[in-house]
Amino acid sequence: MTEDINKTEKTELPKPEASALPPKKKAKPKAADAVPEVPGLVVSSSPHFLNTESVPGIMHNVILALLPACLVSIYFFRFDALILIVTCLFACLLTEYLCLKFRGKPIVIYDGSAAITGILLALTLPPSFPLYGAVIGSVFAIAIGKQIFGGLGLNIFNPALLGRAFLQATYPVLITTWTEPATIGTVDGVTAATPLALMKFEGIASDHLTLFFGNTAGSLGETSAVILLLGGLYLRYKGYINWKLPLGYLGAMALTGAFFYFLDSQKYPDPLFHLLTGGAMLGAWFMVTDMVTTPVTNLGQWIFAITAGIIAVIIRNLGGLPEGVMYSILLMNSFVPLLNRWTRPRVFGKGLTVETKGGTS
Amino acid sequence: MNLKTFERGIHPSYHKGLTSENRIEKAELPKQVIIPLRQHLGAPSDVIVKKGDLVQEGQMIGEAGGYVSAPVHASINGKVKDVVLHTHPGGGKSLAVIIDGDGTEKDWGLVTPSLSILDKFTGEELKGAIGEAGIVGMGGAAFPTYVKLSPPKERKIDTVILNGCECEPYLTADHRLMVEQASKVIIGLEAIKRSIGASKIFIGIEDNKKDAVSTLNQAAKSLSIEVEIVILETKYPQGAEKMLIKAVTGQVVPVGKLPLEVGVLVNNVGTTVAIYDALALGKPLIERVVTISGNGIKTPRNLLLRVGTSFAEVIEQCGGVISPEALSDTDTPPELEILNGGPMMGVAQSTIQVPVIKGTSGITLLTGKEIKPKKYSPCIKCSSCVTVCPMGLIPLKIADMGRLGMIDDLKSWDAMACIECGCCSFVCPSKRPLVQWIRVGKVKLRELG
Repeated sequence: MTEDINKTEKTELPKPEASALPPKKKAKPKAADAVPEVPGLVVSSSPHFLNTESVPGIMHNVILALLPACLVSIYFFRFDALILIVTCLFACLLTEYLCLKFRGKPIVIYDGSAAITGILLALTLPPSFPLYGAVIGSVFAIAIGKQIFGGLGLNIFNPALLGRAFLQATYPVLITTWTEPATIGTVDGVTAATPLALMKFEGIASDHLTLFFGNTAGSLGETSAVILLLGGLYLRYKGYINWKLPLGYLGAMALTGAFFYFLDSQKYPDPLFHLLTGGAMLGAWFMVTDMVTTPVTNLGQWIFAITAGIIAVIIRNLGGLPEGVMYSILLMNSFVPLLNRWTRPRVFGKGLTVETKGGTS
Repeated sequence: MNLKTFERGIHPSYHKGLTSENRIEKAELPKQVIIPLRQHLGAPSDVIVKKGDLVQEGQMIGEAGGYVSAPVHASINGKVKDVVLHTHPGGGKSLAVIIDGDGTEKDWGLVTPSLSILDKFTGEELKGAIGEAGIVGMGGAAFPTYVKLSPPKERKIDTVILNGCECEPYLTADHRLMVEQASKVIIGLEAIKRSIGASKIFIGIEDNKKDAVSTLNQAAKSLSIEVEIVILETKYPQGAEKMLIKAVTGQVVPVGKLPLEVGVLVNNVGTTVAIYDALALGKPLIERVVTISGNGIKTPRNLLLRVGTSFAEVIEQCGGVISPEALSDTDTPPELEILNGGPMMGVAQSTIQVPVIKGTSGITLLTGKEIKPKKYSPCIKCSSCVTVCPMGLIPLKIADMGRLGMIDDLKSWDAMACIECGCCSFVCPSKRPLVQWIRVGKVKLRELG
């Protein structure tokens, strides 16, 4: 969706007269001769000097950061994971293409945003999820989650999470049917419970180290905390995510988890368990940090991340579902416009009276 | 690093090495000058010469056209060729006096910089002399200095700050002046201090100009004038008046007010040298140091140029424009952008037949990949612009409001506080022309409000 800024410029600024240089030769023959190779002057509004960041650049780095998590999920779940990721990826890209075509907009699927949605959606699905369901989720995520709002930058909710929420409502059984990773299971396709479900419904806690490396049942991207952390830290290193968001989210989850743990350590899991299970890492590093659907102000980002973290643990511990990351983020997404409005930074020098300082000394 | 600075801002690549070691050179005497009558904020000067008149270098050719105005002077000896509307480097057209030179120049004499030159003036006389010399703020905005030195009676200015930041990329004119003519800078500052009866002089200077710090220190010591040099973090827009005051004294200038509201006066380096020249030699503001730089010019230089010299002549004296073939990136179209000023706040020129004016601190020629892309993409709410806005605004919102003409929202989101420094556009990954839209919004707001 690129537009040409020259259109507006031409109405506001005098047209470049570079081509009109020669006629002035009479007055200043020497000067005009001195720069015969002036190729044509660009006229634009200041600043004339920009840094080299670009939207595709950011998006491609996010994809790069997600790659290790994809590879690990393929290692754990083999072909199931691979085919699911590929299906979601292409379904999202195709939907994006068709929507843009239908809306008469420039085709910019190479910018990587739809690809990210596809990968993220795949990472939130269980490995045994049927492919037709994955396609439906992808179409919903892009068409309803993103394009209907106007496309890139204008969606209110994280498209991947919206797609997953849609699938959760449509296929509640399929989406909670988990299989053991191929690295554990002797027989392919044995159903198993996720660590979160084990905890919630049977009160069995899983070993932290297993959770950390991800050798457990779960969605593709829910298994290995360490690999997701690695991807997130890469993005942080590149400066594409704000450290406040994952820190606020995970910190709030840990503190809220600790609160419940001290209330009743038999019934509720310890804080570390919260951070290492389910979508916590994926959500904290790749969804809470989604630029489009999070606040732009400093304070707004803190409120967003911390509140979402608290909600996630409350859903896990008190709600009917074992996992609360998805709904916590989607719920807070809807508050972003309000947060932006309410948490504007103080304008430099606003509200000061002139008598405050200096003046009459 | 515990250097003083302001909140937020950006760290662009400065490219100052192109000219920061080049001594200021006197430019060739131009054969013709074009002197616009609008070279300052406020009313244009009233022309007092006519076609065919003979004029002397330093002779007044336009008198102040109101209280907020300044006179302009002939910068060469010669004959008035015409008084016509001429393209102005600040945009648009302005009435200008065109003088054909006779090839001679006036000898203004030489005086060893010393404090004694100030002793023959009283405070009011200092102001008068500065006003007569047509001195304006030479950092770009060109606010008449005489007006600045005459605050309302109830406002007492006790602090003078020298703006030695020069935070615009590429520009080094102020830097070289501070290194080469430190005594003149200090005496000019002392003149300002005496004319308004201030008690304190600060020099705010970025830490990328260490050599200037030592020359200024030396000069102040040998003239036994007390100044406090405050070394600031190298960050854009450190030289914006309000950011500078915050960094140096910690004071915050209220939105929409001038620095004199907090008892501070900020002056540019070039201005102090011009004040020295006016007081010591009786020479009005007809010459200034200009940095000609950028990746589009063959020989970047710091030149002492007559006001009214055309950009075409200046570019010629710097070896001309680099041919597109000489650039390593051949895939970019052979475009050239010529700016009056630096790349962050300079004004793009549509022709090179425009004159250097009092506010021209630099001429920047950009080409190849230094030219910004013309396409922009949708905002992804990455919040980069919010993180860098030195005024604490939400540029992404205000820009859209400006583009869409949402007057009420523009007002409630403080669009008028924007100083148009360009930080938001600089960092935008979608390359959205945010400042341009905010400017449109401000114009709409001014028209209707």
